[in-house]
Amino acid sequence: MIAIGLEGSANKIGIGLISHPHPSKPPIVLANLRHTYNSPPGEGFLPKETAIHHRTWVVRLIKQAVKQAGVKIEDIDCICYTKGPGMFAPLQSVALAARTIALLWGKPLVGVNHCVGHIEMGRAITLANNPVVLYVSGGNTQVIAYSSNRYRIFGETLDIAIGNCIDRFARTLMIPNDPFPGYNVEQLAKHGKNLVDIPYAVKGMDASFTGILAAAEVLAKSIGENVPEDKRLKNEGGEFITKEDLCFSLQETIFAMLVEITERAMAHVGATQVLVVGGVGSNVRLQQMMGLMARDRGGSVFATDERFCIDNGIMIAHAGLLEWGTGVVTELEDSWCTQRFRTDEVYVGWRDD
Amino acid sequence: MAHSVAEPVPTIAPLSPPSPPPTDRPLHTLPAPFTTSNLQLLAQGAEALVYKTTFLTPNTPCVVKYRPPKPYRHPILDKRLTKARLLAEARVLVRAGREGVSVPRVLGADWEGGWLVLSWVGGGSVRQVLDGWAERVKRGEQKAEQALMDGEILDLMRRIGRCVGRLHDIGISHGDLTTSNIMLQSPSQESGPQPPLGGEITLIDFGLASHITPNSADEEGAVDLYVLERAFAATHPAAEPLFQEVLKAYSESWKGAKSVMKRLEDVRLRGRKRSMLG
Repeated sequence: MIAIGLEGSANKIGIGLISHPHPSKPPIVLANLRHTYNSPPGEGFLPKETAIHHRTWVVRLIKQAVKQAGVKIEDIDCICYTKGPGMFAPLQSVALAARTIALLWGKPLVGVNHCVGHIEMGRAITLANNPVVLYVSGGNTQVIAYSSNRYRIFGETLDIAIGNCIDRFARTLMIPNDPFPGYNVEQLAKHGKNLVDIPYAVKGMDASFTGILAAAEVLAKSIGENVPEDKRLKNEGGEFITKEDLCFSLQETIFAMLVEITERAMAHVGATQVLVVGGVGSNVRLQQMMGLMARDRGGSVFATDERFCIDNGIMIAHAGLLEWGTGVVTELEDSWCTQRFRTDEVYVGWRDD
Repeated sequence: MAHSVAEPVPTIAPLSPPSPPPTDRPLHTLPAPFTTSNLQLLAQGAEALVYKTTFLTPNTPCVVKYRPPKPYRHPILDKRLTKARLLAEARVLVRAGREGVSVPRVLGADWEGGWLVLSWVGGGSVRQVLDGWAERVKRGEQKAEQALMDGEILDLMRRIGRCVGRLHDIGISHGDLTTSNIMLQSPSQESGPQPPLGGEITLIDFGLASHITPNSADEEGAVDLYVLERAFAATHPAAEPLFQEVLKAYSESWKGAKSVMKRLEDVRLRGRKRSMLG
């Protein structure tokens, strides 16, 4: 079985082809292409511009992916696209492309939940059987565990997503958006050494990140060369606090919050494995912290690299193909997309544990 | 947008798992006066290792709640959180006990060492009760509707609701109110496989509890109920209707309950708001 997956729920458009040779064999990635829309520093990506970007790229990416995969159109079994959640305009432009090729090639459509795509991709790559899943990206922060054919959400953010928090923090400090803000924050954090007090808000298995942004606004005004010396933030030894220190403190604080809520969910369901998925999941420091926590619980952490961690077409193709295998098809008239689509709304018919 | 080529992410090789990280567990050493002898590990919670041991006399059973330094956390942040949480927990427990809510008594504490000694709570957790109940429903011994009519379990739900209500009434929010943290204490102090449904309800694990200020009362109370609701829903899909009984009893238990219930609707919506972006 071969599927093509189209993903475009945020600022990345990804086209992937995957083959499932046999249920007992691992899936084979045939092609995995992606193009990212980067907004200028100090700005986020807006729906309209992002949608234009996706429309500009979708045709050549599909052509290139099919060519690279070396498959004939008639070998493709289904066309999978992201139904949601995500930004509406980009979602819509990619859904339109999916409908077009479905009609052009006469293939069935499968609408896929973006979060489930991340989870299934992570499970396939890492071979983690039944882990607690931490899904952290620009738009989502969820702690998920599987139970009775659903991916149930145990903990999540009470306000904004972790990636959104990092992006906006980076914007406040005028950190560039290329390749992505989180990457640049991570690189800067490697050179930070002073821990600045940043709000730490965990409630049960949920976390809150908005207070951090308010704190960041204040902190950003008290660092840097152009701030008078007596007003600049210093550590106990009188050294000035730098941009690097702020990035370091941000990562140490928010990742500790994530690890804590994940650990609480693991303690609650009695799991020892943890899988980190989503764009923020490619952060090495987060993976390291999660690994230390999992080790102390006698388990291990599974993380994927940026090819599969960051939004891509393969994950949509993979999850869509699993769903298609259970007989699920999205009719043309139902092939809409939506900004709101909970992870636990999807019936996981392909797992029976 | 002006880049001319797509980022190449070509991967034709089959997917293979990464090498697993090392899993050798370090042994936590408890600070004095505790030694590993005479200690029995009860649970490894998210934050604390919970041991059963004796305190002061050989036949006074107690619980030692030890918060080891978290290796993943920055040492300064770790110390700050450990101290703040341990002290908050001890203060809340003392206050709740004084106000007549059944909670473990505080026998000793050391916030530098990270340990807290609490009196022993026998019996079992509501989670065990619900698991047993859900298992029976699943096996078909009891139809779901019949099981719901079961007076004993409904009475238990009502008492849970009233107990949580009383806690909020005296100005304390639990902060991590899951079914594992609600115990049914049997008079015999023995823990069997199934705790007696009629046992006294005792709330444990006040690690994230806090004193409520008047202007955050609704919010904190509603988040408690929301966490409990999700613990019911997430662990036992079949037990969701039981939670309605908890809410009913809660809403009749104290004067502030009505506005907390109203806020709960907001909290549910806000929790659900997170389905917006991808």
